[in-house]
Amino acid sequence: MAARRPMSLRRRLFLQMLGVAAVLSVALYLTVRTVAERAAEATQDNILAASATAIAEAARAADQGILVDIPYAAFAMLGAVSEDRVFYRILANDETITGYEDLPMPGPGGAGPAYLTSPYRDTVVRIVRLNRQLPVDGRPVDLGIVVAQTRLAQDAIARRVANVAAGLGIGFFLLAGLLGGLAAQSTLRPLRRLAGAVSRRGPSDLRPVDHSAPSELQPLLSALNGFIGRLRAALDRTETLIAEAAHHVRTPLATVRIQTEIALRNTDDDATRRTLRAVIRAVEESARSAGQLLDHAMVSYRSDHMDRGPVDLARRLSEMVHSVTPAADLRDIDLHLSGVDQPAAITGDEVLIDAALRNLLDNAVKYSPADARIEAALAPGDGWFWIEIRDRGRGIGEAGGAELATRFRRGANVGDIVGSGLGLSIVEEVARAHGGRFSLENREGGGTCARLELPRT
Amino acid sequence: MRPARTAANLIAALLALVAPLTGATAYEVEEERRFGTPEADRELHILSTTDTEHFQPLIEAFLATRPNVALIYTVASSTETYKAVAEEAAPVDLVISSAMDLQMKLANDGLALPHRSDATLSLPDWARWRDHLFAFAQEPAVTLLSRRVLDQLPAPQTRQELIALLRDNPALFRGRIGTYDPRSSGTGYLFATQDARQSQAYWRLVQVMGGLQPRIYCCSGQMIADLKAGDLMMAYNVTGSYAAAQLDPDREGLVIALQDYTNVLLRSVLIPPTARDPDLGRAFIDYLLSPAGRALQAERTGLPPIDGAALGQAPHLHPIALGPGLLVYLDQIKRQNFLREWTDAMIQP
Repeated sequence: MAARRPMSLRRRLFLQMLGVAAVLSVALYLTVRTVAERAAEATQDNILAASATAIAEAARAADQGILVDIPYAAFAMLGAVSEDRVFYRILANDETITGYEDLPMPGPGGAGPAYLTSPYRDTVVRIVRLNRQLPVDGRPVDLGIVVAQTRLAQDAIARRVANVAAGLGIGFFLLAGLLGGLAAQSTLRPLRRLAGAVSRRGPSDLRPVDHSAPSELQPLLSALNGFIGRLRAALDRTETLIAEAAHHVRTPLATVRIQTEIALRNTDDDATRRTLRAVIRAVEESARSAGQLLDHAMVSYRSDHMDRGPVDLARRLSEMVHSVTPAADLRDIDLHLSGVDQPAAITGDEVLIDAALRNLLDNAVKYSPADARIEAALAPGDGWFWIEIRDRGRGIGEAGGAELATRFRRGANVGDIVGSGLGLSIVEEVARAHGGRFSLENREGGGTCARLELPRT
Repeated sequence: MRPARTAANLIAALLALVAPLTGATAYEVEEERRFGTPEADRELHILSTTDTEHFQPLIEAFLATRPNVALIYTVASSTETYKAVAEEAAPVDLVISSAMDLQMKLANDGLALPHRSDATLSLPDWARWRDHLFAFAQEPAVTLLSRRVLDQLPAPQTRQELIALLRDNPALFRGRIGTYDPRSSGTGYLFATQDARQSQAYWRLVQVMGGLQPRIYCCSGQMIADLKAGDLMMAYNVTGSYAAAQLDPDREGLVIALQDYTNVLLRSVLIPPTARDPDLGRAFIDYLLSPAGRALQAERTGLPPIDGAALGQAPHLHPIALGPGLLVYLDQIKRQNFLREWTDAMIQP
């Protein structure tokens, strides 16, 4: 199971900003609502208090006690502001003298008006209570004026304000989200620039990265440069090792072969000659294997770090055919080259392509009987160039071409011929590195057709 | 028409006789009539202070398009109507009353169901209180002057002129002045309190009238009848819609809307919470306020429909706005004080 990829920095930054924006938006919404509702309630309280004051001021002592002559304006002013229902209750010494006897009321609130929100009958009302002392027959009487009003207008204001506040909150959130996205983008720009600068480098460019980066990126940059340094050192060592190995293996083998051939020429003993021939064959096998191992190591390395450039396939094929001609001539094999009159330009790594062609031609020569004919053809296709190397060898047997292209895998019918099993896997790897295809088929009438297809520039 | 009405009156009288026996209604019914076919399966019960004959054209037009509806129209006084809803929870679908303060108190105390439609929203602000109380007729409180006065004296245009007229001609007016009794009539109390609120001239007028041994009436109809008969020279605060229809200006008397101000009474309707078929009630309100209903009302009933434009052209007409201010004069103490003051001024030994 693959480990979950960590969230991208941009998304993380953006989401965190969105989270903060959401919290602030909700806070804004609640604040606006609370403030506006307080203001609306204060407005209603003020009108209620004004109404109660108007009633209180109209109260006076009379013969029978207190006379409370409710002014018309006291209720009309409540009706002018909203269409809310109105209730009232007037008390003298805590005894209801007129109005709604069951109207709840706040406790006496001292000098100023006292307020209460309470359910009453089928609704909820805001209630104000105002106290006033009135002398009646020389004795003070506590007059209580209670005026109440339903809260429809206030609720309507609250609803409107809630809508406005919600709009404000959503707008704030969207704006913050947009700005957050832009901020995340711009914050991460140096990082992207650095990544771009590093990824734009050529395959062999292992110089330290010299890029101005913000201080937060400096540790990454110095770590990267340290890593590049170590990689360069390791690559140098590998290249040296490859060169050393080639040298150390090939040179002694060549010496052994020359010495053996001299010995072969100088002896007449048949048994000795057979032995020497076996030695030569083994040396050939070893030299070839060593060469292919080096080739393969080189191809593996280079296909990861391709040195791309314009390559003329026609020219490469001609040269490679040319280079195997001496080996073919030895066995009277006729090498026939076609389709190389026109240049065939592709973008690729010339060294790799040479290795692939050399291996294909080597194989063809190796597995062809003497006096056979090998055709090397180049032709343009639709978006492709293809190269076919056709021989009249023993074919590829029952195994499929794809299987033979695996490393160290050889056909079941080649026991008598020297081979490492690396050649076709080299070709396959080169084709893949260039975005091309490689296939291997039996020809009609015997032999093999190896086909390498490479995309045009 | 005539025989039908007689028959209807007979039925109503019989019903009125039967009603107290069955105990179905504790409030005092003046008249009750049933409209519509016997096989109707829906019933709309209207409790109203307006005489049946005024409403009959509207009722018949409403029922014409609703063959499955029957309508029971009960007439009671404004205080009985209020009592029926506030105290007895009478199962009526609509309450129609000219006592604006009592209607307002019903609505304010939560005894009205809401109704909102294009028709109700077309009413001016002063003719509607929330979605609960709707005015459908505007009737000025007018002054009637007998032709016998006008033959000798110019018609007064303001209360000042009316006061002067009464003061200068005590012999002509003594014992021949009529006005509403605010103690027994809800409409009379409303007119009197609104007068007192509008102008100080009202109390002086009451003072002057009180000095001329006025006659106190329960209803507009009786005042108009007495004026026609020549028993009254002047009647103050009469419901204008009745008077204009019944008075011959050339022979009997003149309807005067005083120019300093003339209160306009609004007849209003509400749906009590005890309604059995509130949707039918809503349909009737919508019909009443519809252009067709208003046109028929103006033409056939003698009740002027709500017309904000007409009032706008006559600035002396002050509609008594529906609103909590009306509750002030329903306060027991306020009412006692007002009536005591009124009685002291009007009933002079």
